[in-house]
Amino acid sequence: MTDSEQNLLYQDVLPGGTHWSFTLKKGTVLRLIDQEGGANVGMLFYNPTNLLERYNAPDTLKCQHVFKLTRGNCLYSDMGRIFCSIITDTVGWHDTACGSSNKQLIAKKWGIRSYQQYGNDWTLNGQDSFLIEATKYGLGKRDMAANVNWFSKVAVTEDGTMQFDPANSSAGDYIDLRFEMDTLVLLHTCPHPLNPAPEYPKRSVIYQLRRGSEATEDDVCRTFCPENGRGFRNNHLYHLLA
Amino acid sequence: MIKESPLAAAAAIYRQEVPAGDYWIKVLKQGQSIRILDLVGNQAADTLFYRADDPSERYSAVDTIREQGNVYLSTGSKLLSSEGNLMLEITADTCGRHDTLGGACATESNTVRYALEKKTMHACRDSWLLAVAENPQFGLTKRDLTHNINFFMNVPITPEGGLTFEDGISEAGKYVEMRAAMDVIVLLSNCPQLNNPCNAYNPTPVEVLVWDAQA
Repeated sequence: MTDSEQNLLYQDVLPGGTHWSFTLKKGTVLRLIDQEGGANVGMLFYNPTNLLERYNAPDTLKCQHVFKLTRGNCLYSDMGRIFCSIITDTVGWHDTACGSSNKQLIAKKWGIRSYQQYGNDWTLNGQDSFLIEATKYGLGKRDMAANVNWFSKVAVTEDGTMQFDPANSSAGDYIDLRFEMDTLVLLHTCPHPLNPAPEYPKRSVIYQLRRGSEATEDDVCRTFCPENGRGFRNNHLYHLLA
Repeated sequence: MIKESPLAAAAAIYRQEVPAGDYWIKVLKQGQSIRILDLVGNQAADTLFYRADDPSERYSAVDTIREQGNVYLSTGSKLLSSEGNLMLEITADTCGRHDTLGGACATESNTVRYALEKKTMHACRDSWLLAVAENPQFGLTKRDLTHNINFFMNVPITPEGGLTFEDGISEAGKYVEMRAAMDVIVLLSNCPQLNNPCNAYNPTPVEVLVWDAQA
């Protein structure tokens, strides 16, 4: 048995076009595995002890001078703290600028498959998925924010044109997120809103939980840029009396 | 795209200068036009919009850029809400390009971006927080302070996935103008940031002008 298998605490599969949520403790490593290739995982983060502290995509991008997310990057809250850091990434590019699909977008692109007719093989959208999970915690429409779209790449040309890359993620590709503070995670596996597939793509994702070790002084995320060093310092201050 | 407005400043029904480090919050009626004028040059105006009769519907940066297929805002950009509805359209722009990915500065993000000691420097999100606290009639709270537009700010994205804050491309007298497609609350922070080139390290006033719907 490898180290990775030994440390595995839990794993489960989320079928394509579904949603879930959980609270992860500081020190947990969440692995997301694209089971079939072409997956998309929409994700939002909140501080479970102060739900007003939430994932902030603009801060995440500008603190690290990046438009894409990959290994070494940290995901910041609006309070200057790091929810989680990307310690492994076999993909290389994840999007956080395109938001989630909504009902109108699904209807226009792929047509609505109702629950009445198709049961759980219906065509859920990302926005409703987030709202359902958010409402479980007393959150709602006003708490929605720009989300991460794991496994999805949208590049930008010199003139600002956005281009979706359908070949970004392959079967077996995965990322490891190390949680740097206790975090409420909302997620869905609805398709990326710019996915040009002719049919509503349903791609399942395996998620696994492991206990991780703390970021060392020479950690790839802590040293990605001086800003991340200060972000880790903010987390340290937050946990000073914990 | 550079496009001048046919509207004359003398015909505006409202004019107000907003000093750097201050906020401006008002309702703009459907059909009215609002101009934000960069008085001295290279100033950033961090702006949010809410549907006036239901502020849970608000400007959505991600829906706006995704649906127009381009990350920069200029003449013709349709500013969409979180429900996919048209809120405002940019009808004139003499600057050429505006950012909606860089977000607003905050004391907390200043600690990460510059130094832990910068946490007491004035920031846009402080102006917004004071705005919602001093104007409870709008029913807004911190939950509503979301992903904004930075008018006049130059934040190029590279094909390799980089993002930088560059010197502004705005100058004294440049402006951006929008027409409201619904009644909207406009919340603007005239950016006080001193640590990056978004204001040319010298925050200066902007002017807000409003015109009634044109016949």
